[in-house]
Amino acid sequence: MHEMSIAMQIVEIAVASIPADLKNAQVKRVNLKIGKLAAVVPESLRFCFQIAVQDTPLREADLNIEEIPLRVRCTDCNAEWTAHEPVFICRKCNSGSVEMLSGRELDITSIEVVDEAD
Amino acid sequence: MHEFMNKNQRYYHHKEFHKPHHSHGGNNGEAENKKTGSREIKIVRKVLDVNDEIARQNRKIFAEKGVYVINVMSSPGSGKTAILEKTLARIAPAVRCAVIVGDICTSNDADRLSAFGAPVVQINTDAFGGDCHLAAHVIKTAVDNFHLDEIDLLIIENLGNLVCPAEFDMGEHLRIVVLSVTEGEDKPLKYPLMFRVCQAALLNKIDLLPHLDYDGEKAVQNILQVNPKMKIFEISAKTEDGFDAWIKWLKQKLRE
Repeated sequence: MHEMSIAMQIVEIAVASIPADLKNAQVKRVNLKIGKLAAVVPESLRFCFQIAVQDTPLREADLNIEEIPLRVRCTDCNAEWTAHEPVFICRKCNSGSVEMLSGRELDITSIEVVDEAD
Repeated sequence: MHEFMNKNQRYYHHKEFHKPHHSHGGNNGEAENKKTGSREIKIVRKVLDVNDEIARQNRKIFAEKGVYVINVMSSPGSGKTAILEKTLARIAPAVRCAVIVGDICTSNDADRLSAFGAPVVQINTDAFGGDCHLAAHVIKTAVDNFHLDEIDLLIIENLGNLVCPAEFDMGEHLRIVVLSVTEGEDKPLKYPLMFRVCQAALLNKIDLLPHLDYDGEKAVQNILQVNPKMKIFEISAKTEDGFDAWIKWLKQKLRE
């Protein structure tokens, strides 16, 4: 539901990251990392992205989404595992002190640009 | 919505989010692909870092002014406003409260809450593109309406939505999720991030239990799977069952 704000924010960050020396740069690809637990639906984000890129240097850009698994660690017994369900109870010692190592990412990692003037 | 994107751009060096970007010299951070002529520019930035930065500023202001801030979230119709009405009736004016109410449109909730003498600011997010959540910059603007020196507790009633508000830090100290028993016991598993980021859950409308097939034990178990540290209160905003424990806990939080 908030994917449109996120898509627009991605466009904003990408545009601001185009080097000043590339006057006619077109962004061909935006690389994103989205954690499994992030409240973002990739399909919905792709749809919003198509709308948000109109009339920007990203109009032909692909959105490349790398899904980051939910990795968790028990702070009591140090067990680490990939959680496929949203269960934050240690499999080994039953402790409830389980921290997230990854899975909440919503990061833009890079953009790929070409300068049309080249 | 456009105000969400302020122009305050900051650059980060690889994974060191907390440090401002420094110059690499040369063409570092950019990989040239000779074949396609495209060039990869590393960014490594949180998409919502503008929001997170404003949330940090908010938190600093709240700390300076000694204001405790709670963010109340739930799906639509779970009874947030009714809970806040009954809560204000019990704690104000001894606790000096203020309320920020988010809604896509209408001021119905604000009208109900203003009856308790606490200042209320209504935010209609249609001005921000019909957003489904409140974000840090909206709160930053809204608090200008209050004399923060004269407020002990600021309650933010977020928009009815169990997904989006969970992603947006606003600078609050405490996050509370309201789940009404009519919504079913599986919601914590369907919306895990919301139940993970909150410190307390209010299970509302328990006065309706005789009419429902709701499995209370299962609901609590589902919440504790996602968040074993969650403080859970079973309440009814209608009959005020369970309110003594909830209010006692809230007052204790205010003293911490």
